Amino acid sequence: MSDNAYDAVILGGGPAGYVAAIRAAQLGLRPCVVEKDRLGGVCLNLGCIPSKALIHQAGLFASAAALEEMGLAVDRGGFSYRKVFERSRQVADRMSAGVSYLLKKNRVTVIHGTGTLVDRNAVALPDGTRIEGRSILLCTGSRPRELPGFPFDGRTVISSDQALMATALPGKILILGGGAIGCEFAHTLAAFGCTVTLAEMQDQLLPLEDEDSAAVLELSFKRRGITVLTRARALSMERLKTGARVRLEIESRGVEELVADQVLVVVGRTPNTTGIGLERVGIEPRRGFIPVGDFYQTSVPGIYAAGDVVDSPLLAHLASKEAEVAVEHMAGRPTVRHVDPSTVPAAVFCEPQVASFGLSERRARAEGIPFEKAVFPFRAVGKAVAVDRSEGHVKVLVDPRTREILGAHVVGEGAPELVHELLLARSAELLPEDVSRMIHAHPTLSEAVMEAMRAVEGWAVHV
Amino acid sequence: MATAVIMPKAGMSMETGTVVRWLKKVGDQVTSGEPLLEITTDKVDMEVEAEASGILLCILKDHGEEVPVTEPIGYLGTLAEMGKSSAELASSSASRPGPASAPALVAEPVPAAAAGGGQIPSAAPGSVRSTPAARRLAGELQVDLAQVSPTGPNGEVRLRDVTAAAQKARVRASPLARRVAELEGKELAGVAGSGPGGRILRADLGQPAPVPPLFSPAEVRTPVSGKRKVIAERLSQSKFTAPHYYLRVAVEVDNLLAARAAVGAAGPKPSLNAFLLKYAAEAIKRHPTLNTAWEGDAIVSHPTIDIGLAVAQQDGLITPVVRDCGSKGVLAIEAELKPLVEKALSGKLLPAEYSGATFTISNLGSFGVDEFTAIINPPGSAILAVGAIRKEPVVDADGAVAVRSRMRLTLSCDHRVIDGAVGGRFLRFLADVIEDPSRLLL
Repeated sequence: MSDNAYDAVILGGGPAGYVAAIRAAQLGLRPCVVEKDRLGGVCLNLGCIPSKALIHQAGLFASAAALEEMGLAVDRGGFSYRKVFERSRQVADRMSAGVSYLLKKNRVTVIHGTGTLVDRNAVALPDGTRIEGRSILLCTGSRPRELPGFPFDGRTVISSDQALMATALPGKILILGGGAIGCEFAHTLAAFGCTVTLAEMQDQLLPLEDEDSAAVLELSFKRRGITVLTRARALSMERLKTGARVRLEIESRGVEELVADQVLVVVGRTPNTTGIGLERVGIEPRRGFIPVGDFYQTSVPGIYAAGDVVDSPLLAHLASKEAEVAVEHMAGRPTVRHVDPSTVPAAVFCEPQVASFGLSERRARAEGIPFEKAVFPFRAVGKAVAVDRSEGHVKVLVDPRTREILGAHVVGEGAPELVHELLLARSAELLPEDVSRMIHAHPTLSEAVMEAMRAVEGWAVHV
Repeated sequence: MATAVIMPKAGMSMETGTVVRWLKKVGDQVTSGEPLLEITTDKVDMEVEAEASGILLCILKDHGEEVPVTEPIGYLGTLAEMGKSSAELASSSASRPGPASAPALVAEPVPAAAAGGGQIPSAAPGSVRSTPAARRLAGELQVDLAQVSPTGPNGEVRLRDVTAAAQKARVRASPLARRVAELEGKELAGVAGSGPGGRILRADLGQPAPVPPLFSPAEVRTPVSGKRKVIAERLSQSKFTAPHYYLRVAVEVDNLLAARAAVGAAGPKPSLNAFLLKYAAEAIKRHPTLNTAWEGDAIVSHPTIDIGLAVAQQDGLITPVVRDCGSKGVLAIEAELKPLVEKALSGKLLPAEYSGATFTISNLGSFGVDEFTAIINPPGSAILAVGAIRKEPVVDADGAVAVRSRMRLTLSCDHRVIDGAVGGRFLRFLADVIEDPSRLLL
C-alpha cells in the first residue's frame, strides 16, 4: 500500500468525519481525514459547542437579577461581551484540539486541504496530490443558507457563523427564522440585554417541535420581552447608515417596517455538495443533498455519504451515527441499514429548553395515526418549583393498543437530558409501565418522566 | 405391584403412536418423571415420562411399532417382579390397559400423601390437574401451573409442559414485543431476535411500525447473489444475441383436460405440464429444426429432445430437464418431472438435472397470466410460454357460439436457426395435437 492509499478516505472532519475515522480505526481499517478548515466542523467551531458556551454565560449574566432579588447590588458596569466571546473561543479551541488528539491516538492520518473527488477511488488536493481510498465517505457538512434579498455582509446582515464570531452585542436585533438556531440566539442575546425581535414564517416557533412545547417557549420569550412574530415573512430590506429597515408581512397585521442594528438570518442550512467533484463520479444531488440508500451508500459503489449532506435532520449526533453505520458497512461488520428516525433526539438549548423524539401530535393527527397522550407539568414536580423552573412539561404519546412509546416532547429545565430516559425506553421497547414502576429519586426533575408515564397509564400521583 | 407404561394420548385426535426408542433398558431403575421413551405421532415427536418410580421390567413394544393409545407398551415394578410374564404383570398392574385406567394422574384437590410422596409439592386446592413430576419441576422453576398449557391425555399438566413453559419464559424479548405477540397471538419461541444479545424486538415479529419513518433512504441497494448474477448473465446473453420473434396461438384444451382426467381415473393424475412436455416432444420430432442450436459457424442438431420446465424459486428460477422426452410417454415423463420439480423448489437440483435443455416450457398459467413472451433458454432455440386456461366463447365449426376451455401459447424462436414458417408449422401442429391428440397417430 503506497503512502497515499487508505481503506477509507473521509472528506470532511466534522462530527460525521472524525467519528467515522475513529470508528474505522477501531475496526482495523486505515482511515484518512481530509479537512479544509478546522477539525470538529461546524459543530465544534461554529455551532453546538461555542453556542453552548455563550448560552451558559448568558444564563450566568441573567442570574444577576436573581442575586438582586436577594438584596445584592450587582454592578454590571465592567461587563465586556468580548470576554464572553473569548471564553466561547477557548472552549471551541479546546474541543477542536481534543479531536486532533483523539485522531492521533487512533492513528488516523489527517490531511489539511480542500479535497475533491476525482474518481470513485480517489480524492485530490489542489496541488494535485492524489489520495486513494478503497471506500470514500463524503461528509462535507453544510453552511448557513441565504435569504433572497438579504445577502450576508457580515456587518448588518449576518449568518449564525458571523453571530458566533461577533465580539460586540447589537443594541437591537431582528432574527429571521424561529428554528432551533434562531431561538437559541434570541435567548442568548435577550439575556445579555439586547432588544430582540424573532420572526418566523410558520405558525409557531420551532416548527419541527411539538406545538405545546413551542407554546410554552413562546410565552416564556414574550414574558422576557422578546418580540415574537409568527406567520411573518421578510419582504425586503433597506440598508441604513447603521443597521437596516426591514419590511415584514405579518399575517395578522399586514406589512410593517422594523428598524434594527443587525439582521440575523437563520432560515436553514445548505448542504456543501457543490465543488466536491460529485459530477466526476456521476452522483447527482437531489435538492442539494446526496441521495443514499442502505448503509448510507451513494449510487456509486464504494462511495458513502453521511451527515448534513444527506437528506435527514441536520443534527451533529445523527451525523455521527450515520457515519458509524457507513464505516461499519465498509468494514463488513454487522450494522443497521439506516438510523431509525423515530429514535433521533432533537434538543434546543434556549430557556426553557426543548427536546423531543418520535411522533408529534400534529403529525399523528395529520396522518391519522392513533395515539394516546399524557402531559405532566413541571409545576407539579417539587424540584422544578424549588429551583424556580416550574415552566414546562413532559408529554408522551403511546400506541393505544400496544402501549408502544411513539414520541416524547419535553419542554423546561433539563429537557435535553430528561428526554434520554424516554428515548432509552423507546429504543429498548420498554412499555410505559416499565418506566412508571421504576423508582425515581426525589426530588428530581426525572420524577416528571415517571409521572408522565404513570399518567399515560392512568395513575399519576401528583396531579 | 407393577405399573403399566401405556401409549399416551397426546391430543384429542391421536389414535395411535409409534415407539421411536426407549431411553431406558430393561432392569434400569427409573424415577417418576424421568424421560422413559420417545414416541412419534402423525403430528409431533415427544418424550414419555415415567408415571411411577421402579425398575423397567419389560418392554412390550419397541422401535417402529405402532400402538393404539392407552395400550401397555412396558411395565415398571419391583425387583421381585422381574421375569414375570406380561400377562401376570397385567393382572397385578395398578394401571390396567384401557382409557378408564390411564396412569396415575392426580386430580386436584388431593392430599399430599395420596399423591405418592411427601416431598412433592401438591397443587393448591381447586387448581389445575398435573402430574407429580410436573408439580415438582414447576415448584423448582417457579412456574405457575395455572399459566401452563396442558397436553396430558386428560388435560393434566405434564413435565414437558412445564419445561416448555419455562423455556418460553426464558425467551429474551422486549416488553413491547411480548405485548404485541400476545395481542397478535404470535409465538415468541423460535423467533430470531435482532436486538442486543438476540433480544426479540417488535420488528422481528413482522409487525409494521405504527408510525411510518419521517425520513428514509432514497433507494435500496441489495447486493446481487451468485444465482441472480447467473440468471442475469444468461438471459441477457440470450436476449441480446439471439434475434427473438414470437408466435401466438389460442388452443382449445377440453380434450386435453378430458384425457388428463381419464388417465387420472385409472391412477395418479399426471400434471398438465407432463402432457405439454409430451405433446411438445411429439411436435419437435416432426419439426426437428426446433431441436437445433446456433453455434456461430455451425448449426448443432441435438440427438435427444431434452425439455426443461421453468420452476420459480424463492430467490430465482431454475429449469429441471426431463431427458429424451421423445421416447417417453406421459406417465414416464411425469414420474421424472415430479421429483425434479420438488428438488427444484427445495433448491436441491444437481447441475446435470437443470442444464442442457434443448427446448423449454414456461407455464405461468397458475399465476393467472393469460399470455406472455419468454426469453429463450440456451442451448435451446425456442421456448414455449403457456398461459392460463379460461372458459371463453368460441365460434365453432357450425358457426354457433360455444363455451370452450382455451389457453394461449406463445413460442419464442431464435431466428438464426428457426425461420418464421418453420416455427409457425411447429406451433400449428402443437396446437392441433393438443386439441385432437389422435392426430399423433397420423
